Amino acid sequence: MTASRLFPLALVASLGVALAFLTLPLLAIFLESSPGELLASLGEPGALDALGLSLQTTGVALALIVALGTPAAWLLATRRFRGRALAVTLVELPLVVPPAVAGIGLLAAVGPQGLLGPALERAGLELVFQTAGVVVALTFVASPFYIRQAQAAFAALDPELLEASRTLGASEARTFARIAVPNALPGLVAGGALAWGRALGEFGATLVFAGSLSGVTQTAPLAIYERFSNDFTAALALSAMLVAVSGAILLGVKLVSGPGALGGAGARG
Amino acid sequence: MRRLLAATAALAALVAGCGSDDGSRPGDRPRLTVSAATSLTSAFESYGPRFAPAIVRFNFAGSDELAAQIRQGVKPDVYAAANTKLPDQLFEEGLVEKPVRFAGNRLVIVVPADPEDVSSLADLGRDGVQLAIGAEGVPVGDYTLEVVGRLPPSQRRSILANVRSEEPDVGGVVGKLTQGAADAGFLYITDVKAAERQVRAIELPRELQPNVEYAAAVVRGAKEAPAGREFIEDLVDGVGRDAMRDAGFGPPPGR
Repeated sequence: MTASRLFPLALVASLGVALAFLTLPLLAIFLESSPGELLASLGEPGALDALGLSLQTTGVALALIVALGTPAAWLLATRRFRGRALAVTLVELPLVVPPAVAGIGLLAAVGPQGLLGPALERAGLELVFQTAGVVVALTFVASPFYIRQAQAAFAALDPELLEASRTLGASEARTFARIAVPNALPGLVAGGALAWGRALGEFGATLVFAGSLSGVTQTAPLAIYERFSNDFTAALALSAMLVAVSGAILLGVKLVSGPGALGGAGARG
Repeated sequence: MRRLLAATAALAALVAGCGSDDGSRPGDRPRLTVSAATSLTSAFESYGPRFAPAIVRFNFAGSDELAAQIRQGVKPDVYAAANTKLPDQLFEEGLVEKPVRFAGNRLVIVVPADPEDVSSLADLGRDGVQLAIGAEGVPVGDYTLEVVGRLPPSQRRSILANVRSEEPDVGGVVGKLTQGAADAGFLYITDVKAAERQVRAIELPRELQPNVEYAAAVVRGAKEAPAGREFIEDLVDGVGRDAMRDAGFGPPPGR
């Protein structure tokens, strides 16, 4: 057989192995216990609390990320300024920092003995052991996913489109709101979905920074970890629920913003 | 499917194990994998290099977490827990050999080195005091609940109402205390020794003290079972015991 025929074969084999490796653990979660068992475990007090808390905290975190991240990404995408490369790198840094390190960093920054601890205390703002602390941890680890994607989406906009808006007399704010955001929407939605997914799965930073208490700081991943040692079926049930929710988010985004949404903007970035 | 899951878990343990590799050359000494309670960390890390028959690799986590891994088919050579309940359960399930009791410990109230709010058991239930304790099911959490359960109902309720975090192992509680996030928690006296200068212990009244006993067992089907048995023997009477005493552990209760 010639190399030209071997190569496509190798491609197919690689994809096959990758797919099997990536889907098997998730599939196993559903196959390991019966649907009846899964449903029964979800009825257990605490399980739905954890899931509800996860949706609530990730929702607030996502709102913060989008509100702050969209203008920031626009600035990074449209301006050339001294220190821009540094700014981009700093934004991406949380992506490569281990979550536990993120938690320790947050403690050192805004914990009771942290750099801003006394100031926050004077302001009456408590984060550690509080639901607000979970939101802070989620926002920290998830925002780079959104900002990166949003920046790429803005950068990929047709410059002539923005130029036309400006020559017609629209201010930058108006161009941003009326032209840039609507046209970059698929990329922004994709970035939001990635950030949301990352926030839903957050574990280490939350545990280290905010702690773990049912109904207050114990999000679904923390609840799964606790159940892993006590009640494996319950851990599986909650895991299955989280996989289903995350999968639904991904699927929803694909349906809303077209098949290219999650790949397109990222590939150009 | 169950076997597949076990294989996945074993793979994960293997990958995790790679990180803690000390890089020493294997030679002809066997490699012994020991899954141990987090509270044993400093004692075992000083014992490990002194154990001549094997190169020892440790996997520290909450005892309950490690037991759950063994139930899922992960096979360390030795399992050492901060209670006797979990090793006894695994023994009954046929997963480990007969557990050996090898050390005792003492539960204490722990506060940051310069405490602001807590100086006695009575302070734990006061308004505004923030407590971090071990989660239920983790030995340190179970011992804590045992102690709190012996208190009068009103004091018990006010203490439990002050719990702000239920941590998966002693490391989590220590961290919350050294960072000043929590005002107090319950830990073993050996944890205080390991984090000296950052935290301080307040002794519990004798009548409240739970029976903290450590037990270890060789995992059934372990690759290095003979070395594992030696490792445990040395814990009872040998360099292992010396390391335990140095770290502040006592003999197993009743010995």
